Parts: sequence; structure tokens; C-alpha cells
Amino acid sequence: MKGMTIIVKTISSWVKVLIFLFGTYVILFGHLTPGGGFAGGVILASAYVLLMLAFGREFAEKNLSLSAVSKLDCVGALFFAAIALFGLFYGGACFFWNFIQAEFLADKETALHLVSAGTIPLSNIAIGLKVGASLFLVILVLSSFRLDTSANKEE
Amino acid sequence: MTIFYILMLFVIIAAIIAVETKRLLSAVICVGAVGFGASIMFLFLRAPDIAITQVVVEVLALIILIRVCISRELTFISGDKEFFAMVVSIVIIFAIFLAGVRVLDTLPDFGTPVFAETTDAASQTYTAEGMQKTGAANLVASVILDFRAYDTLGEATVLFTSIIGATVILRKTSKKLLEEPDK
Repeated sequence: MKGMTIIVKTISSWVKVLIFLFGTYVILFGHLTPGGGFAGGVILASAYVLLMLAFGREFAEKNLSLSAVSKLDCVGALFFAAIALFGLFYGGACFFWNFIQAEFLADKETALHLVSAGTIPLSNIAIGLKVGASLFLVILVLSSFRLDTSANKEE
Repeated sequence: MTIFYILMLFVIIAAIIAVETKRLLSAVICVGAVGFGASIMFLFLRAPDIAITQVVVEVLALIILIRVCISRELTFISGDKEFFAMVVSIVIIFAIFLAGVRVLDTLPDFGTPVFAETTDAASQTYTAEGMQKTGAANLVASVILDFRAYDTLGEATVLFTSIIGATVILRKTSKKLLEEPDK
């Protein structure tokens, strides 16, 4: 896939930063405002897909290669599972026990602060990483599959 | 309530156009319009979380996914529809519609939650003590990532498995292996 015209390239090089910033905001403030890991992850992935549509597939893959995306995907999934297992072993209470809130933040006045709610912001980050990486990965894989089939037809 | 009827009319018209149009990209954009109308409805029902997710997934991700993946810009859908399949689908839709009318009669009034009548329901605890127990101002986040985190784990597992399947099936090296004969 080749890139688009210079108008699209110029505008998307400005807009991609804002989209990425908005996705990060939606993930980080997911425990205070509407949004959260899933929606923020999809916004992050759409920033990279905009890069891919405007500048071509090779440019996007040079920025964030296929192996790096799949590693990010696995890191997100492992991080989410690790939060759940920490709750099991640290407090000894149960799977997904919110141990940070119960042990460190329970007697402090943290309502509506950014650092509050224990493991919920961490889980949001993990889910956002996982969803964003996997959505970008599936779009990358599908578009490369299309390139391969069109190359086979030409032969 | 009038705004919901207007939005529902918009959604139905967009859905009919999505079925009837011949161009693939137009059909996908009409499906995006259906999702956009649904997300505006969620916004008016004071559910901004699900509205954001709906508009992001259905409008952005679906259209971009199809736009990236279709091989040519003008993809036309050709071929006549079969008479038997159409009759069967109309009968099934009519049966589902009749069942929906029966179910809608038993629902409580608009705006009153179902669990408000039972005092010991789990959702009562979530709305009453969710803020003190988890410390999250967004109650939806406290439900999906603390009280019902198992659901989110299952959802993440489903996503992970499907991505693994797509990556394995569509990888480049599989074709090279297929060209070699079996031993």
C-alpha cells in the first residue's frame, strides 16, 4: 500500500499526535471520567492506522514493527494477569483482590485524584496496551495478507 | 422520547440502505451510521462509557478496517438474491419481532432499573458502596475492573486467542510451507 497525497500527509502528521494524546488521556483517566482501557486502546490503534493509511504500510511498520506489536500485546496480557495474581498472593484474599486500595490507600482521602482506586488504573493501562496492540496487529496482518494474494495473482 | 424515535428512524433507514446498496464501502459506511445513531442514543440515556466505545469501534475501527483490507476502492456486490432465503429470513425476523413484543411488555417502565425492586441485588451494592470500596469515581470502571474483573479477563482472553488465530493463519511463512510437498 502506497501513501496518499501531500495534503493528507501534512494534516495527518499534525493530527496523529492529538489522537495519540487523546487515547492516552482516555486510558489514564479511565477511573475518573468515561472511557477506559478498551476505548482508549482502540483510539491509540487508530492513530497508528491513520499513519499507515497516509504514509503507507512500510512507514508504519518501520515505526512499530510486527514483532514489536505482538510483544506489546503479550506484555499487556501478562501485566493484566500479573495484577490479578498479585491480588491472590499479596493479600491472600482472592483473585483480582484490589490490594493497593485495601492496603495503602484505604485510610487516605484520594477521591477524584489521579492516583486513586488501587489497581484499577493499572488494569486500564494493561487493557489499553493489549487492545491497541492487538487491533493494530490484526489490521497489519490483514493488509499484508491482501498484498500477498494480489502478488500471487500477478504471477 | 421524541429524539429516540428520530434516531431509531435514522438507524433503520441506514440499515436498509446498508443491505440494499451495491458498493461494499458504502454498505460499511452505512453500518457505521447505524453504530453512530446507537451511540447518540446511549449518550442521551446517560451512558457515556458505552457511547465512546460504540463510536470508536463501530465508526472508526470498522470503516478503517474494511478500507485497509479491501483490495480495490470500488468493490461491487453482484448476483441476485434467492427467493427462498429471503422468505426464510423474513419469517425469522417476524418471529423474533413477535417474541420481542412479548418481552417488551414485561419490562419495567422507561428509566426505572430492574434491580430497584429487589433490595439485596448485587447491583445495589455496586452503586451504593462502589466508591468507598474501590475509590474509583467512575463506577463503570470499578465494576468492570474490580467487582467483575473476571469478565474483563475472559474478554481479554477471547481477544488474545482470536489475534493469535489471525496471525497464525495469515502469516507469510505458511504459504512457503504449503508449496513444499508432504513427506
